Amino acid sequence: MSTFDTIPQTKQEALVETLLRLADDRLIHGHRLSEWAGHGPELEEDLALANVALDMIGHAASLYSYAAELEGKDDEDHYAYFRDDIDFKNIAMVELPKGDFGFTIARQFLFSAFSYFLYQKLIDTVEDEQFNGMLQKHFKEIKYHLRHSREWVLRLGDGTEESHRRIQDTFDEIWMYTGELFDLDDADREAIKQNVFVDVTEFKGEWKELVNSTLEEATLTVPDYDQYMFSGSRQGRHTEHLGHLLAQMQFLRRSYPDAEWK
Amino acid sequence: MSNNSTNTEWPLWEVFYQPKDGKPFEHAGNVHAPDAEMALQNARDTYARRNEGISIWVVPSDQITASSPEDRGPFFDPANDKPYRHPQFYSVPRAVKKRK
Repeated sequence: MSTFDTIPQTKQEALVETLLRLADDRLIHGHRLSEWAGHGPELEEDLALANVALDMIGHAASLYSYAAELEGKDDEDHYAYFRDDIDFKNIAMVELPKGDFGFTIARQFLFSAFSYFLYQKLIDTVEDEQFNGMLQKHFKEIKYHLRHSREWVLRLGDGTEESHRRIQDTFDEIWMYTGELFDLDDADREAIKQNVFVDVTEFKGEWKELVNSTLEEATLTVPDYDQYMFSGSRQGRHTEHLGHLLAQMQFLRRSYPDAEWK
Repeated sequence: MSNNSTNTEWPLWEVFYQPKDGKPFEHAGNVHAPDAEMALQNARDTYARRNEGISIWVVPSDQITASSPEDRGPFFDPANDKPYRHPQFYSVPRAVKKRK
């Protein structure tokens, strides 16, 4: 399945759709993090961001390769390099440009907190052994991503006047992209029915609690949850940024499709 | 961050890791970090990403008291001429050898 308006009919189609949605979020987010390599504010933080990037791209690779196996594609590269922006099912938040360090941290925190609750619930629900095994493996790394980004939110919020102002601006700016985390469409509902996905709205309360308590501890103001929220990325309606990101990420593989690591 | 306004670099921390349960901690190297929790995370990212250990200690580098190069003679040389401090100095009686 590659078009945005296709609703999965069988359990396998629903599973593939779920795998791709999870993987797209993680590949695109991982790519944005990888843009920090060599540009981190400190050598140690440069390493930390690159490590998280590698983790997320690794999660995407294993999810894609399972989807490839189910769909009979050659390998995970098909999904990463040979689809266009309209086929990507990631949420807009992860495709936004990397911004400053505060933006990267705020996004990581909001997304990792979401992943933390999502994976917990998926691990309890998903019966498919191969999929569940991946989730358990990734979950350990997600806990670390959450811890790292949460600690930084506390330090930037409760740090200097400048760091406080900049991370507060970031949260205000990124807030309209948090709505998509909890959007459910027909494909999701089918996947939930088939036990390969979960109702994300069920843990929205827990996510909010963690976000609120962290922002409060960081002396930050929690933005308004009821403001206008961006939506539609899961159906292929992306921001202008995804096309540019893909151009950079896919160019080499598409220009030299037979290139190999020697 | 450092209280010293002319020093913009984070303080230095020494990193020790424990390779396995029950094994002594070994020195891995050092990292810069604004505080202990971040030092722990930086140490993990720098030194423990490839299964090197199961536990990490971080210690502020300026809290370590080290012997100076001039101490080398008085501290360590005397050991060289006291072979009886090593177990190999003593021959094992035949009865003990037999029983192993």
